[in-house]
Amino acid sequence: MVLALAATALVALALLSDLIVPRVEETWARLRAGRRRTPTWSYDPGRERRAEQRARTLLRSCVNEEEWAMYRDLGFLRVWGTLADGPDDVGGTGGAPYAYLIYPHRPIVAYLAQTHRLLNEYCVTFPDETRPYGSSRLPDSDDVLAKWMALTGDERRLISTANMHLPGRQLDPAQVRRDLWRLSQWERTRMRQLAAGDGPDRPADRQSAA
Amino acid sequence: MKPGHGEVLIAEGDVERAEDEQRLIEEFRRQLDAGLWAAVPRSDREGRRESIMVRTFEEIPWDADRVIFFPRAAGGR
Repeated sequence: MVLALAATALVALALLSDLIVPRVEETWARLRAGRRRTPTWSYDPGRERRAEQRARTLLRSCVNEEEWAMYRDLGFLRVWGTLADGPDDVGGTGGAPYAYLIYPHRPIVAYLAQTHRLLNEYCVTFPDETRPYGSSRLPDSDDVLAKWMALTGDERRLISTANMHLPGRQLDPAQVRRDLWRLSQWERTRMRQLAAGDGPDRPADRQSAA
Repeated sequence: MKPGHGEVLIAEGDVERAEDEQRLIEEFRRQLDAGLWAAVPRSDREGRRESIMVRTFEEIPWDADRVIFFPRAAGGR
């Protein structure tokens, strides 16, 4: 009787081995991996501040003086759209000029320049999956510069890569309209100062433009 | 561009010197093979600042003083 049961158990084990062995191997590998030490990076505010400072220096060296002043004073950049009929997915702008607002680590917002009508939000990221310091997120000013380079270099490619949403999904439309109003006020002041020949004010460089 | 660091100098050299050029070409390919995008900031004909995206070493304008590599764009949430 015992012999028969043992033989049956052996046969059952042999039949089930195809199912059991891979699971055992997987569990063993997982246990071994769990025991290994994985490098952990703690958040270092000093390192992040230095990274942001380098990023701001790089951004400043790439954009023109007006764009740099805009980012420094307002915390975002405006880039004019160059596609004849606007971004592909807005149903055409009828040739009306349009532009984008670039915020650090927020969606890019497309809008009509004359009416300030918001067209779309474009959600795009530039993740560095090597995570050199535990994070895949670029410093704020590097994120802005990456968007600026991708938009001015190949607008259609960036827009087609981004996830498009209607205005208001992430950014409050009222806040964006306030930003557009701030931008128009800023430009008016700047024009007045340039016309007066005394040059625009240069407030002290803020650490964070966001 | 690197998270947690910002700008990192990868390689520099004079493309008119053969050994420098070869090193720059190899580094350029290595960065693109790692999945990065490459851009050259410059001024357009009207003096506005813009960038051009380059996919091969030959596309880099002869007068470019630098190429910036940055992570490839992905759709965000």
